[in-house]
Amino acid sequence: MRSISCEGKSIELDEDGYLTNLNDWSEALAKMLASEDSLELTEAHWEVINFLRSYYQQYQIAPMIKILVKEIKKTMGADKGNTKYLYQLFPDGPAKQACRYAGLPKPTGCV
Amino acid sequence: MSNLKPDELSRINYTPPEEDWMAVPVQMRKGMYCHGASENSLTTVGFPNPRKWSSADTDWKLPDNWQEIVLKGMAERLEKYRSFHIFMDICVRCGACADKCHFFLGTGDPKNMPVLRAELLRSVYRREFTTAGKILGKLSGSRQLTEDVLKEWWYYFFQCTECRRCSVFCPYGIDTAEITMIARELLNLLGLNIEWIAGPVANCYMKGNHLGLEPHTITSSIDFLLDEIEEVTGVKIEPTFNRKGAEILFVTPSGDLFADPGTYTCMGYLMLFHQLGLDYTWSTYASEGGNFGSFTSNEMGKRLNSKIYAEAKRLGVKWILGGECGHMWRVLNQYMDTWNGPADFLQVPVSPITGTVFENAASTKMVHISEFTADLLKHNKIEIDPSRNDHYKVTYHDSCNPSRGMGLLEEPRYIIKKVCNNFFEMPENTIREKTFCCGSGSGLNASEDMELRLRGGFPRANAVKHVHDKHGVNMLSCICAIDRAALTTLMDYWVPGVKVIGVTELLANAMKMKGENDRETDLRGEPLSGAQDGEEKEDSEDA
Repeated sequence: MRSISCEGKSIELDEDGYLTNLNDWSEALAKMLASEDSLELTEAHWEVINFLRSYYQQYQIAPMIKILVKEIKKTMGADKGNTKYLYQLFPDGPAKQACRYAGLPKPTGCV
Repeated sequence: MSNLKPDELSRINYTPPEEDWMAVPVQMRKGMYCHGASENSLTTVGFPNPRKWSSADTDWKLPDNWQEIVLKGMAERLEKYRSFHIFMDICVRCGACADKCHFFLGTGDPKNMPVLRAELLRSVYRREFTTAGKILGKLSGSRQLTEDVLKEWWYYFFQCTECRRCSVFCPYGIDTAEITMIARELLNLLGLNIEWIAGPVANCYMKGNHLGLEPHTITSSIDFLLDEIEEVTGVKIEPTFNRKGAEILFVTPSGDLFADPGTYTCMGYLMLFHQLGLDYTWSTYASEGGNFGSFTSNEMGKRLNSKIYAEAKRLGVKWILGGECGHMWRVLNQYMDTWNGPADFLQVPVSPITGTVFENAASTKMVHISEFTADLLKHNKIEIDPSRNDHYKVTYHDSCNPSRGMGLLEEPRYIIKKVCNNFFEMPENTIREKTFCCGSGSGLNASEDMELRLRGGFPRANAVKHVHDKHGVNMLSCICAIDRAALTTLMDYWVPGVKVIGVTELLANAMKMKGENDRETDLRGEPLSGAQDGEEKEDSEDA
């Protein structure tokens, strides 16, 4: 467990670096978390992050990778609708890294 | 993934320390244990001592009277569970179990010998509950319950997957899994659980499944899988949810709806039931077959399990069919009936397709999908083209609980041999009752304990490597959701090139469906002839 300071607010993260309180999320925070991994968020990253956030809002869980891939394919074209592309954007894995930046909790159970 | 390379991790030191085991204090090593249960998860289900804490800290924020709580808890359980009392007394420390544990084989740590793991608890039992221990003290192998002892319990009882391989070799039949279960119950009295268990328990309690999928999320996930099925087969399927009056209620682990490669197994269920025209329904309420509650306490296991019968009763089904899951079947087969039965509002299960009466499930009224499917194949009720699995060379991992917990050994093999042309068994001492655990069961399939998982899975991986090298095996089949996720990680590390598959997925690949297209790919979109071994990273990265 640790806290980071973002826009003058102290924000609590769990032991894996995910937000403890999902309402603490902001774009600035996403950028800050990414910069800790020496990653600069581009338009392509935001496309994924925004999709994750809107999916979460509707379904209260991160989407299956398959759904994410299909969605990216739909909006960004077949050449980008694959896991390889997502791993290029998020080297630690779209499920882990992108969800963390998007402020989503980590899925648990038999996964 | 562990920072250590496979050739480093597989160099294991089996020389025990020279000192007496009691003189060696626990050293908690990162990568070998999980995060502690969060305040939120404990509060959700009313578990004791919810607080902010970290298992990596020195101060675990125990209540002042923690010793009293543990000893009282132990006394109650000695009274309540005769098996526990007997297991505390009868071990003669012969050591037959010592080298049978996958965690001992993978770590070389003597406290992972099942005999010594149990001794961690027994030593306190002797001191507090036996005359010899009270009088003779350390001479009788007893010791006091201190904070160090408590931490040692926590560390090592969450390095046991309750797989029960050691029990197979115990001349007294001591069920070490039950000792671990009780130890975890005692730890739970102090709020000392792990979050990878407590989180799913809280989710399941609030939303009906470990993942916390809400009803509309479940239906939308299945809709997505139906689209995938239509793409591959051309067949449109319309399952029902929460339908009253259906003949059968189907319950499976929620991981099947979410995580690859379990989702392909789930597609297999949907295809099979559609092809049969089965009168069945899914439930968005009883939407979890697994039971992480059983990894915390008997009482919690019971609470989470109760919704299966409750839903069967509400919907008015005749019997229940269960999907591919491991620990789910230990619970269903051995505990559900006494916890929440008798389910006298249900009928003894009869297959509507073959007329077979499942006498083995006469009491629980719940049938395993492999029993159901093997019976269909035996009666030639499904048309099969096994050549559609010709791109796979398959071996089978007996999941611990279905094999040792309910004796389900033949049915999955019967199915695999019917639907695949290339099947190779792993060595005899690593399969059936002697199967090696995936190393991640009983709620240890987190990411922060990855080194533990890779070490614990080493003996299993070694046996897979043997058939991979000898026969070119590229597919490891199983009937458990934790396996499907955990073995995928394990294979990527130890035996790259081997993928993981559920038995029902293999069946669905081979099953001919009414109105289907000429199939060009399997369910994963791999071309049916000349498909790759899958060296590259595919969609099955653990979430």
